[in-house]
Amino acid sequence: MRDVLYLAWRYLAYHRLNTLILTGSITLIVFLPAALNVLVGQSARELTARAEATPLLVGAKGSPLELVLSSLYFESDTPALATYALAVRLKETGLALPVPLYVRFQARGHPIVGTTLDYFGFRRLRVAAGRTMAVLGECVLGSAAAEGLDLEPGDSLVSSPESVFDLAGVYPLKMKVAGVLAPSYTADDRAVFVDLKTAWVIEGLVHGHQDLSAPEAASTVLKRTGDTITANASVVQFNEITAENIGSFHFHGDLSDYPVSAVIAIPHDHKSSTILMGRYEGAGEVSQIVGPETVMTELLGTVFTVQGFVVAALALVALATAATAALVFLLSYRLRRREIETMVKIGGARRSIAALLVSEVLVVLVTGVLLAGALTALTSRFGSEVIRGVLTS
Amino acid sequence: MIEISNLRFRYPEGEFALDVPELVVERGERVAVIGPSGSGKTTLLHLVAGIRTPQAGRVVAREVEVSALDEAGRRDFRIRYLGLIFQEFELLEYLTVLDNILLPYRIAPILRLGRDVRERAAALACAVGIGDKLRRYPDRLSHGERQRVAVCRALLTQPDLLLADEPTGNLDPANKGKVLEILLDYAEAHGATLVTVTHDHDLLPSFARVIDFKDFYDLSGGSGEGGER
Repeated sequence: MRDVLYLAWRYLAYHRLNTLILTGSITLIVFLPAALNVLVGQSARELTARAEATPLLVGAKGSPLELVLSSLYFESDTPALATYALAVRLKETGLALPVPLYVRFQARGHPIVGTTLDYFGFRRLRVAAGRTMAVLGECVLGSAAAEGLDLEPGDSLVSSPESVFDLAGVYPLKMKVAGVLAPSYTADDRAVFVDLKTAWVIEGLVHGHQDLSAPEAASTVLKRTGDTITANASVVQFNEITAENIGSFHFHGDLSDYPVSAVIAIPHDHKSSTILMGRYEGAGEVSQIVGPETVMTELLGTVFTVQGFVVAALALVALATAATAALVFLLSYRLRRREIETMVKIGGARRSIAALLVSEVLVVLVTGVLLAGALTALTSRFGSEVIRGVLTS
Repeated sequence: MIEISNLRFRYPEGEFALDVPELVVERGERVAVIGPSGSGKTTLLHLVAGIRTPQAGRVVAREVEVSALDEAGRRDFRIRYLGLIFQEFELLEYLTVLDNILLPYRIAPILRLGRDVRERAAALACAVGIGDKLRRYPDRLSHGERQRVAVCRALLTQPDLLLADEPTGNLDPANKGKVLEILLDYAEAHGATLVTVTHDHDLLPSFARVIDFKDFYDLSGGSGEGGER
């Protein structure tokens, strides 16, 4: 058998281009559906794991998928905004711990996530360097964000304006990096976490400016009516919160009317969860409550359906490839009829000659399948990291 | 060495028939077979080698009734005891000179390929003047060199019966002489029997006996046309 394999090897090596094309075709046709299966499976697991770890999400009525993608993966457009009253209402039910989220702004391409310290406990995020945010204007970076932005505790990060043409819009806020989180291999790694109030500062809803009662601000004052001072546009607004100016930052209006993009509801038990779901079912309800796992399962159902079509298409391509390969081998045998006759004439054993021809096919097939297996194993091994990279990018 | 009696052969697809009432070739004899194209010279070699079997009669070679062996037996007989040389060399393009010479040992389990065989192959190649071309592929050899490779392949098993089908048919005069000399030298040295089909009457003086094949060619049942048989 060793001699037959040697002859088969010599034949394939001599016709190396043909062998390469055939082996490559077989490798690809086996690898593509296998890799697709592995990657879709791993993506599904990665997405589902995050969704499973988030019991309920409450937000303004709108697209449930947008609400989930924004709140869990900090992706998609900002969903319809709700107000902080949503969190207050949830807390008052006594059924769940509310964790408000305001995901709207960005800092150098990284999402700024306005939330409370409860988020870190809920997601089991650990601080690797520095500490969590303690005062207004501080931020905590996810590990990938810190690495990507090359920042460490003590450095500063400026939020990006929503639009350079929006002069009346969001002004950049220079934030101090208080800490960096340990990697969690989730979307949190790419995020810049700030206190909810800091997010509102970025939006300009909470602001600080020079003391209008001070003599150096006299030129900016237009009118004084009792405690109310009206100033012109030249009044200095602070775009960095420091120990010196933090006292000047103040809210206008009712905190309950301030925006949030979603509130994570962490029910105390299953019963509380069920009751909560019911409370947002009523007609005229302006909010929605969703189970992220349900939403993601529906999304993945669509993905799997598409995957099914792709696999079916690949199966047809595989069939065509197999037919072509068979044709190539058959034509090759016809071309080699004289060679086979020579071996018969000099007394080659029928079994050896047959084994030679079969082993050539088998070597190509087995090599193709083994290569595809190795590539699939590599995909399986490193695909997860790639998916995480995609999910956190 | 070869005894043929009352042999009758007919191709199933044609009218050609070969009748050989009796033919004897002694051990160590050097015989040239001549005759017009289509007279059945190649067919006779195939019958002696067991590549084809007659409808009637006996073919005995090396005291073995070849025509009575089954197919596997005939193949084993050929590869073990016969050296076959063809006009078209019949080398495998994807094998080097050395691998082409060693081919019989790779396609027949009854032969065992060992170091001694490899050494013998190299020595044969050196003896016929292609010792420095063992790693070359056939397409990098001249016609004469290719036929010498084919001769080495036939001689490697050290057969005592050589059947050569126009071995010099495609060679220039210099190579004709060289190849024939190799075959005759081997036959002389090993006491082997050499039966050579040839159209080249210039070579006939090198042989002890010449068999004119027109004696066995039977056209009574139809034409012998259609080229060499």
